[in-house]
Amino acid sequence: MHELLNQKADQAKDKQAALGKNLNLDQYIDQSTDHHYLDQLSNVDKKDVTRFLDVGIDTQSEAPATFIQKDHSVIHCHSHQKGIDIMKYSQALTDIKDIDQYIWKGVAVDTDKYTARVGLNPHDGYFIRAQAGVKTEQPIQSCLYISTDRLSQNVHNLVIAEEGSDLKIVTGCSTAPHLNTGLHIGVSEFYVKKNATLSFTMIHDWGKHVDVRPRTTVFVEEGGVFVSNYICLHPAGTLQMYPTTILNGPGAVARLNSVIVSTEGSHIDMGGRVILNAPESRAEIISRAIVSGGTIIARGSLIGKAPKIRAHLECKGLILAEGLMHAIPEIEGYVPGVEMSHEAAVGKIDPEEVEYLMARGLDEETAVSTIVRGFLNIDIQGLPETLQKRIDTLIQETEKDMF
Amino acid sequence: MLVIEDLGVEVGGKQILNRINMEIPSGETHILFGPNGSGKTSLMMTIMGFSGYTVTHGKIIYKGEDITNLPVHERARLGIGVAFQRPPTINGLKTRTIVEMCHREVTIDIEKAAEQLLATEFLDRDVNDRLSGGEIKRSELLQLMAQQPDLILLDEPESGVDLESMAIVGEAINMLLHRGIKKMPMITPKKHKDIVRENRKSALVITHTGHILNYITADKGQVLFDGVMCCRRNAREILKWIDEYGYRECVECMNY
Repeated sequence: MHELLNQKADQAKDKQAALGKNLNLDQYIDQSTDHHYLDQLSNVDKKDVTRFLDVGIDTQSEAPATFIQKDHSVIHCHSHQKGIDIMKYSQALTDIKDIDQYIWKGVAVDTDKYTARVGLNPHDGYFIRAQAGVKTEQPIQSCLYISTDRLSQNVHNLVIAEEGSDLKIVTGCSTAPHLNTGLHIGVSEFYVKKNATLSFTMIHDWGKHVDVRPRTTVFVEEGGVFVSNYICLHPAGTLQMYPTTILNGPGAVARLNSVIVSTEGSHIDMGGRVILNAPESRAEIISRAIVSGGTIIARGSLIGKAPKIRAHLECKGLILAEGLMHAIPEIEGYVPGVEMSHEAAVGKIDPEEVEYLMARGLDEETAVSTIVRGFLNIDIQGLPETLQKRIDTLIQETEKDMF
Repeated sequence: MLVIEDLGVEVGGKQILNRINMEIPSGETHILFGPNGSGKTSLMMTIMGFSGYTVTHGKIIYKGEDITNLPVHERARLGIGVAFQRPPTINGLKTRTIVEMCHREVTIDIEKAAEQLLATEFLDRDVNDRLSGGEIKRSELLQLMAQQPDLILLDEPESGVDLESMAIVGEAINMLLHRGIKKMPMITPKKHKDIVRENRKSALVITHTGHILNYITADKGQVLFDGVMCCRRNAREILKWIDEYGYRECVECMNY
């Protein structure tokens, strides 16, 4: 099987992606120096600690499990909670008996040259599994960090929420401040089994010239719930992702929230696609995008293939400085009895709202930033308070880059 | 408190207000009557300094200072507060947060104030998001309670409010003006005799129907008709005249 994968990957190694800016992969290197494994989170380099905190990863926290990968090296990986398995991908390949039924099943290795690169030059990534019925109170944290210039970090992530489990994960992806260029490719395959819940919050904070190409597919079984929150307030050079969630069981639910900001020079092409294959499954995609220069292409696609499904897509954009906000919402219904809708809007800050706040004593600048913060404030349900606070602070800090 | 001298205002190139003169002394509540479209709201928006209301002549003096050209927030900080009739919705901003932002020197107990105004249930909802007429008034008054303005401009406080809410709205206005008998929800409540002595709060209340007069104490009434101030006397008396003769009689007065 692995040979076949290699063969396919090799054939696709120059295959352009369907969307996003085409990257010349020759400009990246595949090797970095190794970083030592750290038994204690308290031993993480102080400089890195602040970068990790920026993306919601707290080395002081009591997270049930933590995974940190720096460049190609997994520098920490440990679970405190029984029933929560966490390990690096390479170890999962040997330790997890049934792994073959999960890997490269959602994302084909020959999808494009990026997936092919992960197939040919894999650099770990994480494996996280919640055993049946196991619930996490606080989120498990995982961090993927690039600190070597021109490095291509090619990770493969696998998450399995077994039947009836409730798994919360926060993933922070970030780059060292000094980084000029870099590439992050993440192949992620998530499995939400019967009546399980997976809440996956991703906070990205990339360098200005870093290119990012995640490739994600999520399968949700009967009664399962997948919640994805994606927050990218410091835009990458180029980012292209279009994760697919497939609702295969009756009553399965997907909720995708995203908050993105682009500034001059960044090109972000992202969205979410949900395929509703089972009756009474539901999907909701909500995105907020602010263009303060640069380009955002906000995609959304709902595909209804079973009766009695409900799905809604809401995409709102705000333009603060010249650039491009391109909203592309799509709906496809195949059977009678589907209920699907979308709303997309691109607008400006309403002067009436600004003056309303000014009449309460706020100066114009504060009034505008209050409105912008409100615009980005989508109610993300089930987020731990500390993480919500972290996101609020991030939004506040981002304002400096927007005006 | 507020003196308006010979004020002329244009909106979109059209003269809306002409030669307006008005004085609201400290501690007085004035009622501004007028039919729809007479310019009442425009006058209020001009006093607050909203864009789109261009002062063509005359001036607005507040607490002895010429504020005709001050930006909106500076007027607010000087102590002018408005309860809007149709305030905009602000998505993602909680009512509780905007109330907190209204605080100036005094900090009120928001929970308590919200309780009094039956506003608790929308404290954690977005500002003015899908609120009923009565809820909008209560939300506006809650913000003013935190703001503690010295001059309050109220735009049709009775519009869209059911009878039950009306009593609450009236009570809140009285509280804001220190003319009620209920204590303010402040951390250190003042003694009543001090409140009476210090009563320097003024108000300009816009009304179309005059119902608000059943709930608050008015010191004076004025009528604005077709952009011109045409009558000044006891508010209840004016209301009776309007009830009896309608606003058309005001045309007669205008010709003086």
